[in-house]
Amino acid sequence: MDQATDRALEGHNRPRNPGVRLDPAWFESVGVNASAVERRAATLTTRRSVKKEYQAAWLVKALTCIDLTTLSGDDTPERVRRLCAKARRPLAGDLLAALGLEDAPPTVAAVCVYPTMVPPAVRALEGSGVPVASVATGFPAGLTPLKVRLDEIRYAVGEGAAEIDIVITRAHVLSRDWTALYDEVAAMCEACGPAHLKTILGTGDLKTLRNVYAASMVAMQAGADFIKTSTGKEDVNATLPVSLVMVRALRDYRERAGVDIGFKPAGGLRAAKDALAWLILMKEELALPWLQPDLFRIGASGLLTDIERQLDHYATGRYSAAHRHAMA
Amino acid sequence: MALIKDILRTMDYGPSPESSDHVRAWLLKHEGGFGPFIGGRFTKPRELFDVFNPATGERIARATQGSPADVDAAVAAARKALPKWAATPGEERARVLYALARHVQKRERFLSVLETIDNGKPIRESRDIDLPLVARHFYHHAGWASLIESEFPGTRPVGVCGQVIPWNFPLLMLAWKIAPALAAGCTVVLKPAEYTPLTALAFAEICIEAALPPGVVNIVTGDGETGAALVAHDSVDKIAFTGSTEVGRAIRKATAGTGKKLALELGGKSPFVVFDDADLDSAVEGVVDAIWLNQGQVCCAGSRLLAAEGIADALTSKLRARMARLRVGDPLDKSTDVGAIVAPAQLERIERLMRAGAEEGLEIWRADDALPNRGSFYPPTLVTGAEPASVLMREEIFGPVLVSTTFRTPDEAVALANNTRYGLAASVWTENVNRALEVAARIKAGVV
Repeated sequence: MDQATDRALEGHNRPRNPGVRLDPAWFESVGVNASAVERRAATLTTRRSVKKEYQAAWLVKALTCIDLTTLSGDDTPERVRRLCAKARRPLAGDLLAALGLEDAPPTVAAVCVYPTMVPPAVRALEGSGVPVASVATGFPAGLTPLKVRLDEIRYAVGEGAAEIDIVITRAHVLSRDWTALYDEVAAMCEACGPAHLKTILGTGDLKTLRNVYAASMVAMQAGADFIKTSTGKEDVNATLPVSLVMVRALRDYRERAGVDIGFKPAGGLRAAKDALAWLILMKEELALPWLQPDLFRIGASGLLTDIERQLDHYATGRYSAAHRHAMA
Repeated sequence: MALIKDILRTMDYGPSPESSDHVRAWLLKHEGGFGPFIGGRFTKPRELFDVFNPATGERIARATQGSPADVDAAVAAARKALPKWAATPGEERARVLYALARHVQKRERFLSVLETIDNGKPIRESRDIDLPLVARHFYHHAGWASLIESEFPGTRPVGVCGQVIPWNFPLLMLAWKIAPALAAGCTVVLKPAEYTPLTALAFAEICIEAALPPGVVNIVTGDGETGAALVAHDSVDKIAFTGSTEVGRAIRKATAGTGKKLALELGGKSPFVVFDDADLDSAVEGVVDAIWLNQGQVCCAGSRLLAAEGIADALTSKLRARMARLRVGDPLDKSTDVGAIVAPAQLERIERLMRAGAEEGLEIWRADDALPNRGSFYPPTLVTGAEPASVLMREEIFGPVLVSTTFRTPDEAVALANNTRYGLAASVWTENVNRALEVAARIKAGVV
């Protein structure tokens, strides 16, 4: 692992985003040309190609950016413990040897669970350096009373979650109530204390790219450390065009406020090829720091297995069945 | 081999070359040189000229400098094939065109690699743009051929068409010219550009495979003299030319009073107008497609950037950041954005114009990436502070050079856009549909 990745994996080497005053001028005048965005998104992956050992390295990088996630109604402490074991050691020894990474075996970026599953996750990951992320604020709809949502954040942080993935009230975006959205996210940031805040926009519910841009900008102004596409529970989750708009918003925020914000696509990234597409997006529209886990995360559960299979193919020349890799 | 732990640090793309073995083998097979394709077969190669790979400067093939006698023989073959082909029912001509389309598709990879080696354009473009469009043109006109009796009743073929095409989209221009002519029942003598004759010659092989009747398509390689002989030939009914305005003028003169029909598609210096309410990031991507596609060697390239004063600085700073991401280099690498300029002569022409621009004191900006140390390469370039009178604003550079200036009002944008001798294409960037429609209607260009 390189140093940036090392540091990022140790925890949060980046200071929290202090946020700025709500300023609608940063986004209200910004138009998003949907067809041009779709065209750029469609050609991003045809303009670049990563092969052989480079592809293997990129897939390892994607692996280190995964927030390995379980968010199901049937989650149990034992299930979470199993996921954490996989998070600690995602690649088997023979694969590590073939990749030349035995000395510094990679881990995923974080494990993402529901608040009540934070304690078993924290226990299972003790000493691994892998932080626990918790969704909060009435995930996935986010429609419980604000007080309850803030308490949920405090609970998760109190149990040891280092990162909090919140959902915004989509109604504030759809009704263009930017003040309400700003105040809500700002209050959640405060409730997070030292924990980093990822703001889930629920882009599948926001529908238009202008809404996505505006909501991204308000969330960053309010102090979000990451902006995240989806809960994974909407009809449409992370797509490249939506991600492109969010990444551009993040770039614009950086130019105005001077703060680096992270990006996390979530939901729908299942194939190793998807991971490469998003890494290409980050490299082309941003730069090297956004290919590191402190500024880039992928919210996924099944993706890891496909990455393992592709890495195995790189190492052996053959595709392995999924059952040959330890399940999460 | 690079180590994975090192790549994790740099996150470079690494090399991803498209294989060219099959094309090299084909070129080796034709090492003796290509003869003209006349009457359904290749005639003996004579008086050969060299064909180069612009990305390396190496000679890759030799083709025949078509003589007036070759042109004569080709036109005679086309004339001989005309009555039968013109009388062939539309459905049957369609069948042949469908066969050509399928054969092109079947050899898509071969043809795109050959195009890239011959022309210098990135493999991404020949693979994703040129070749799919070539196949679609043949399919499209196959459809028209089968509908010709019902959709165009009472029309008849023009006759023998002499077609002279440029080097910027060699096979695509061939498709633009040949597909509609064959659909209409015309026969063809085509002269590809001397820099890039190879895909046309490969297409001649496809004509044989697809059982196109002999003489319906004839291909004579050579330089401007061969083209001039074709234009001047008495037995040609129509001339179709795509290329420079200068040569277009000469052809107009040569055909005046001869009764020949004429179609010319010439140069451009197309405006790319960005208003202050545009999505600037998207406009930047639009610029990339407008001027850095095919190294800017596109007749309808958006080579004049007209930006509203209020957003001009923001736009050019975004442009510079984007330019720094463009990868210039080996056209066969799948991650290359900008390939080689087609020939040293064209490179010199670009350099000459840029020297003239520099003498006028224009601000010239390039990303500081190193160029390959052999072959004809020119980096993506942005020129700011240009005046309407600047040489770089007026002359078609036909290279990866974007020249920009600012405007204050929509009226001024239209005036600047129309302040050119050309008028081929234009684009307008705004998120206001009323403004877009109004301005588009006022810009005098063939396509907006």
